[in-house]
Amino acid sequence: MGDSEAKIEAVRFSFYYGKRQALKDVNLRVKEHQITALIGPSGCGKSTFLRALNRMNDIIPGARAEGEIMLDGQNIYAPGVDVVDLRKRVGMVFQQPNPFPKTIFENVAFGPRVLGLDGKLSMDEVVEKSLRSAALWDEVKDVLNKSGLALSGGQQQRLCIARALATEPEVLLMDEPCSALDPQSTLRIEELMNELKARYTIVIVTHNMQQAARVSDWTGFLLLGDLVEYDKTAELFSRPQDKRTDDYITGRFG
Amino acid sequence: MPSPRESFGRHLHELQDDLLVMGSMVEKALERSMESLKNRNLEMAHQVIEDDVKINQKRFDIEEKCVELIATQQPMASDLRVIIAVLNIIVDLERIADHAEGNAKIAVMIGKEPPLKPLIDLPRMNQKTVDMLRRSLDAFCNRDADAARSICGDDDEVDNLYDQVFRELLTFMAEDPKTITRATRLIWVGHNLERSADRVTNICERVVYLVTGKMSEICVSKY
Repeated sequence: MGDSEAKIEAVRFSFYYGKRQALKDVNLRVKEHQITALIGPSGCGKSTFLRALNRMNDIIPGARAEGEIMLDGQNIYAPGVDVVDLRKRVGMVFQQPNPFPKTIFENVAFGPRVLGLDGKLSMDEVVEKSLRSAALWDEVKDVLNKSGLALSGGQQQRLCIARALATEPEVLLMDEPCSALDPQSTLRIEELMNELKARYTIVIVTHNMQQAARVSDWTGFLLLGDLVEYDKTAELFSRPQDKRTDDYITGRFG
Repeated sequence: MPSPRESFGRHLHELQDDLLVMGSMVEKALERSMESLKNRNLEMAHQVIEDDVKINQKRFDIEEKCVELIATQQPMASDLRVIIAVLNIIVDLERIADHAEGNAKIAVMIGKEPPLKPLIDLPRMNQKTVDMLRRSLDAFCNRDADAARSICGDDDEVDNLYDQVFRELLTFMAEDPKTITRATRLIWVGHNLERSADRVTNICERVVYLVTGKMSEICVSKY
């Protein structure tokens, strides 16, 4: 089915908010070093699924998961899994750029400080490497002590990406990472994603179907908690197999 | 289901209407060119030649609309396939019109020369081609892949008629070399019609693509 192994595999995964079932028996393989996009109308479960991949939903009262999500073959919902360790491996970037009210340097250094450096690189090196990976280094290298909040929206989002990369995750989850950005910044982030996929596995949730079509290798369409269709992006956007997918991506509803 | 993209839907509908208008222009060109050959109607032949300019213009107008829709609406999936199908079909239609124009030019060349023989199989080929064309555009409107596939079978009949025309005209030429010029012109006419019917099968393949998303050659023609 693809050229690379599954980094993440959801197996009959269901998710409940109290009595409401937000995801129904979802089976989905996220390929390593590929970008997987999740699309669907509001309330379809795509963000729930994304957040389930690093157990961000755990803190919601009454939330409950069934089934398995395998990360490199290990169920992340198994008892005894260290959630902090999981979130180190599976980083996340949110819709609104949310830098800490700290300097640019400290924003990126935050994760490694909390989790501890592995000793191979100094903090300066980690910060530079992360900012370079996020394509922000050249713009901020002379103002590292300025507040992260002083940056433009697009720069702030790249700072958040750098912050997520600083802990050297294996998977990067992106929840509508460009919806608060202007088109130029959006294209920069998309270009960046393309570069990052060589080293990371990326899962993105987006309302912008053109973005999903532009940026991803695989696309899953969710509707009312069901994974309706999951295919190579070029296939899904040119000849979807399911009528509901076609109706959604041609704008017949949603 | 109520569509939030009503105006886009309307544009797609207009595109389909435009395609049908172009289709009927091409049908008319085929019918009139044969009429002008059969009845030595030079005025009608000239009319077909003149009208071909309008058909070419129509094709560019439709292409322009397709480009605008792609640029402004970012169509996807079945909507995208409609536009891609239209873009391809107008090329085939335009080329069929060129063949019709070619036949009208032959009618002008023949002028008032005495007829070699009464035309029987060529009008049949023409009628068959017009019929295939009309049905292919119906299949497009109805999103009917089965109908499109079945039209391709009719191309064999056109090919067989062409064989027949070719053989018959060959005997004329063999018996009397003085007929060679006139007979050769009629063979051109047959060839133009054979090519036109082939173009219709291309249209049918586009209909199958539109409906199923699969691009494949469904009609293997003899010629």
